[in-house]
Amino acid sequence: MTETLTRPQGTGTLLEVEGVTKTFHVPKGPSGNSRLRALDGISLSVERGETLGLVGESGCGKSTLARTLMMLERPDSGTVRFDGQDPFGMRGKELLAWRRRVQMVFQDPFASLNARMNAGEIISEPWRAHKDLYRTSRERDARVRELLHMVGLRPSDAKKSPQEFSGGQRQRIGIARALALNPDVIILDEPVSALDLSVQAQVLNLLNDLQQRLGVAYVFISHDLSVVRHVADRVAVMYLGRIIETGVTEEVFDRPRHPYTAALMSASPKLDVTGAERNRIILQGEIPSPLDPPSGCRFRTRCWKAQDICAEQLPPTVPAPEDASHAAECHFPLETIKVRNPDPAPDPAPAQ
Amino acid sequence: MSALTQASPAAAGQTGTTVLKVEGLTVDLRTSRGTVRAVDNVGFEARAGETLALLGESGCGKSMTAKAVAGLLDPIADVTGGEIVLNGTDLAALSPRQRRKFAGPELGIVFQDALTALNPVYPVGTQLGEAFRIHHKLSAKQARAKAIELMKRVGIPEPESRVSAYPHQFSGGMRQRILIAMAVALNPRLLIADEPTTALDVTVQAQIMALLRSLREESDMAVVLITHDLAVVAEEADTVAIMYAGNVVETGRVADVFSNPRHPYTKGLLESVPVNAERGGELNSIPGSPPELHNIPPGCVYQSRCPMVQEICRAQRPELLPINDDGGSAGSHSTRPATATALPVTVRAAACHFSEELDND
Repeated sequence: MTETLTRPQGTGTLLEVEGVTKTFHVPKGPSGNSRLRALDGISLSVERGETLGLVGESGCGKSTLARTLMMLERPDSGTVRFDGQDPFGMRGKELLAWRRRVQMVFQDPFASLNARMNAGEIISEPWRAHKDLYRTSRERDARVRELLHMVGLRPSDAKKSPQEFSGGQRQRIGIARALALNPDVIILDEPVSALDLSVQAQVLNLLNDLQQRLGVAYVFISHDLSVVRHVADRVAVMYLGRIIETGVTEEVFDRPRHPYTAALMSASPKLDVTGAERNRIILQGEIPSPLDPPSGCRFRTRCWKAQDICAEQLPPTVPAPEDASHAAECHFPLETIKVRNPDPAPDPAPAQ
Repeated sequence: MSALTQASPAAAGQTGTTVLKVEGLTVDLRTSRGTVRAVDNVGFEARAGETLALLGESGCGKSMTAKAVAGLLDPIADVTGGEIVLNGTDLAALSPRQRRKFAGPELGIVFQDALTALNPVYPVGTQLGEAFRIHHKLSAKQARAKAIELMKRVGIPEPESRVSAYPHQFSGGMRQRILIAMAVALNPRLLIADEPTTALDVTVQAQIMALLRSLREESDMAVVLITHDLAVVAEEADTVAIMYAGNVVETGRVADVFSNPRHPYTKGLLESVPVNAERGGELNSIPGSPPELHNIPPGCVYQSRCPMVQEICRAQRPELLPINDDGGSAGSHSTRPATATALPVTVRAAACHFSEELDND
């Protein structure tokens, strides 16, 4: 049984998304537009065994992207490739086998577990769809106990119902359910934001531990930058349906190239009581409605570097001079601006 | 350490005078499983021009404490002890009718969820002007002018046209601004902000915090900020009271408390923040979860999760006692007074039998 658990930490691309767009039709908003473009030309990749952090504010399309990766939304255009294959072209058994490889953990540990099932039933429910995985009830029971143990719960907890668990324990059950099918990648949609700080650390440790043991890749969606910085190997920053910056975590956090990323980093409160002045960029306004996105660069309405060209042309993707994998979609990418550096920024946003 | 303390400005004028003093506040809840104590002998002090943070995790009693101060407790909750002294008046001793006179001119409150805190069927201008109509007996027209002025003050664009709009026509950040405008309408001496930015995005959170800061400085208000976010406390607050299971376990100047925690819970919380750890490395989590209210043990409230727990912790609840700057506890076990008197929050205090043994290296 344990052989199936230890997967080789292989390298190579597991998941590849290219030019994906997704438009929803919604009741007409104040702009008179009924087409909401949730994803607007998204490209990203997830390597085997890595953690990709997905960062952005509400309404930026994070969850639609997660649903597309789960194949719950079919993109209008663009391609999704998983291990070189297009899951949207699959049917029947092939599709079922694919679905096993991508699983999800949800934000709200209270809403995402069926209150009428016990923990064991919740964890073993995926096997009702994937019948060939564990054929006998003895095998299934043994595997449930094993999964409970893996996520730090007791075998006897299988008989308890969700109400008997705390928030952190419930999230452990959600993780065990996601692991039940031995997936290659787990989409974690704000997995710790509903948890208290002390419990959050427990769950982050568990996720880290499981990744090391199983080699599973994570797509980690969060609005909490300190959490993303801790868990992610690479990050992608989203704004109004586009990925505006991507790169290795340290690079993006320490040397943001896109003004929005820099603003996001500087707006996020820091646990620093040394009294050092830090360069705070407080953005004006809020994220525009995706029903009526600005022309050209999506961020230009809040950007302190915006010029005429930003309204006219979609900015190109510019690689950083010292690291080509670190790319930002901006007409005027920032030179090295250190968010934590006490030096004043070259172009601070005008304060209100 | 003394250098850190001086970093917080102690300006002239009214700044620094005590606006709110809470002493021995106790709130009991009547539940189907019997009476439980949600807030247990809590004391703190908020001073003009300063922000006091009540920090704690969900269920620790921080919001219940704020509601008790504001007189907005649910019917199942009773204040069963303590004093809430606001500018010399003990609110806890007043009748609800007398207390209502304080809501607005003396005390304002900002809630977490602006959409439920605003009335969806009235334009925001009507709701903003209500305080002026009730307390200053202004006409509808005068109140409307005041509402526009307020909206300007909290940075809402085009207030003249938006004064007639309904809450749902505003974004989350703008709604929070309206709620703040309502709370500060009559220039209260005390502003309670209950998780004012938890529902907002990071960039908007920064805007709202900057607004609260400027309003505080403008009128020398005392602000009680209720939050679960350590980083927000580090950035916004001067002093902090850390709550756990209905009790204040540690108080002091934020810089002192965060750089040299004297309670194992504070230390555990600080170490749980991912930013303090190496990427991908193990976080120092606190094992277990907080006790449930109907199951709070005798002795120290933190005993079941504490790495330093000893016999005495199970037998005797530690009092919140002042600690010396060098980290030693002021009193030894035998000389502890029977009840803790309210300490000014500027004094470092911790409720732990082994506070002085905590290693912060």
